[in-house]
Amino acid sequence: MTHQINKGLYARRRMINGVFLLLSTGAAVFGLVWLAFILGALLKEGVQALSPTLFTLSTPPPGTPGGLANAIYGSVTMSLAAVVVGTPIGLMAGTYLAEYGRHTRFAFVVRFINDILLSAPSIVTGLFIYEILVRPMGHFSAIAGAASLVVIVIPVVVRTTENMLLLVPNGLREAASALGAPGNFVIRSVTWKAAQAGIVTGVLLAVARISGETAPLLFTSLNNQFFNTGFTTPMASLPVVIFQYALSPYDDWHALAWAGALLVTATVLTLSIIARVLENRQRN
Amino acid sequence: MFLNRGLTKLGLAAPSQQLMTDIALTDYAAEKAGSMRRAARGEPLFRGLTFLAALFVLVLFIGVMIALTMGSLPAIKEFGPAFLWTETWKPATEKFGAFSAIVGTLVTSFLAMLVALPVGIGIAIFLTELCPRWLRRPIGIAIELLAGIPSIIYGIWGLFVFAPWFQLHLQEPIIEAFANVPVLGTLLGGTAYGIGTFTAGLILSIMILPFIAAVTRDVFLTVPSMLKEAAYGLGCTTWEVMWQVVIPYARTGVFGGAMLALGRALGETMAVTFVIGNAHRLSPSLFAPGTSISATIANEFTEATTELYTSSLITMGLILFFITFIVLATAQLMLRRLEKQAGK
Repeated sequence: MTHQINKGLYARRRMINGVFLLLSTGAAVFGLVWLAFILGALLKEGVQALSPTLFTLSTPPPGTPGGLANAIYGSVTMSLAAVVVGTPIGLMAGTYLAEYGRHTRFAFVVRFINDILLSAPSIVTGLFIYEILVRPMGHFSAIAGAASLVVIVIPVVVRTTENMLLLVPNGLREAASALGAPGNFVIRSVTWKAAQAGIVTGVLLAVARISGETAPLLFTSLNNQFFNTGFTTPMASLPVVIFQYALSPYDDWHALAWAGALLVTATVLTLSIIARVLENRQRN
Repeated sequence: MFLNRGLTKLGLAAPSQQLMTDIALTDYAAEKAGSMRRAARGEPLFRGLTFLAALFVLVLFIGVMIALTMGSLPAIKEFGPAFLWTETWKPATEKFGAFSAIVGTLVTSFLAMLVALPVGIGIAIFLTELCPRWLRRPIGIAIELLAGIPSIIYGIWGLFVFAPWFQLHLQEPIIEAFANVPVLGTLLGGTAYGIGTFTAGLILSIMILPFIAAVTRDVFLTVPSMLKEAAYGLGCTTWEVMWQVVIPYARTGVFGGAMLALGRALGETMAVTFVIGNAHRLSPSLFAPGTSISATIANEFTEATTELYTSSLITMGLILFFITFIVLATAQLMLRRLEKQAGK
């Protein structure tokens, strides 16, 4: 019996291997190059447009100097309001899924629907709030804007809270229960505490997510050219200002849009990095 | 305490000190017992609150469906199911049909998947098999962070940077090159505007790329290394291991991840709105301006002055919600099955 090595087949397999591995390396380079282009353009155009007046003046009419103060204020206020309202609801719902409901059919359905809401188109959220708040009130308002952001915050917080609570070892719960602590005492002073960093991660991710959301604000909080602190009137926000100014024909508005885009991206990336660090701490 | 007692026996420690410790301990225990008793009384309330919060998630979902259905009733009454396949969109005469927008949504998402799926899987292969170990984490983190960049950033970049570049350096040569080729000449013909359906599809693909790459990489990492080692042991090349062992094992997860990305692409608003051109007209050329459901709503909603106009836009929202629900539900079922598999 002679062992013959089929050199032709071997060479062909090696060649196919080489070609495809080259292709996948190419894919990685391709992807990273595009993303580098985007960040590069953002830095180039955004940094040019940065100025101290960005934070002190409100959005201008075309041709006059101005800033984004009203839009920054609006974004921060509405995001804060959304987080303050959405976090407790998300936290409690996530707690139910991880602690009380775990294997029930109800929890399964909630989990399923929550994950769908998590990636549902955000523009639909805007339409929903338009129907239930803007239309009955008769006008656009900051409350409606914040409400549409709440709808986005809740699923994010539910998902991370549940995931993080499930990481808490059961032994901790059992030890506390064995000492006679009732369920909610165990949850509040043992499980929540053990999962603290993870829960904060979820909230940060939610803030990161809503600080760039544009579609739901377009027809809930609309926009406002002036500095406005009232909650029942339309309010400017960074993403909506970016949208309107970028599509305008004026160069100075374009510059403001780029500056706003840089601010939003910097915020989102910073929040995501902090969230990542916290999540790693939770997992270890 | 034991030390205290020992010291007392030796007559060294002040009894009063020991007494104080005991009292402090008793106080502490009493206080804890009190808060636990209170907690026990509050248990039904706390449990009820968490249940209500979970119920609220369902209420939100059902609320979205009801509100959108109510909002779209006028348009449904006026146009009936023909709304779905009517191409006319004339706000001036109040004749509305969603066909061009639905087609636009499907075509841009299809284009995006066509580009992003192979490239995303390629990136995942690179990250799990080829990339030097020290580079894996930085690239992985970069990709995950980029998946979180808001879509409006992709939109503004697409409008100001990508579209002009694409028009000059790719679109014009492509139109010239394919001018006399039968099918491609029509698909990739016409005028080079820069913006249009094709550009929107490309921007979408760049946007969902990090997402697909991250999910696929995670799924690839769940493949037991024993399977891979066995294949390598038989003399398989890296590509053969990926193609015949890893991808078949991970196909449910890859498919689930792809559906999740498709769900995002379908509903994506801002990245598309900036560059699609907003034309309610179907064109045989992919380079021509078009529109999508989300772009139409974003552009026209605040301008819609009549009840029927607003209602038509909300009906489009309902259609979009319905389409993404099916896609996302499929994705969930796929990924759940994978989780169960991994749990075993």
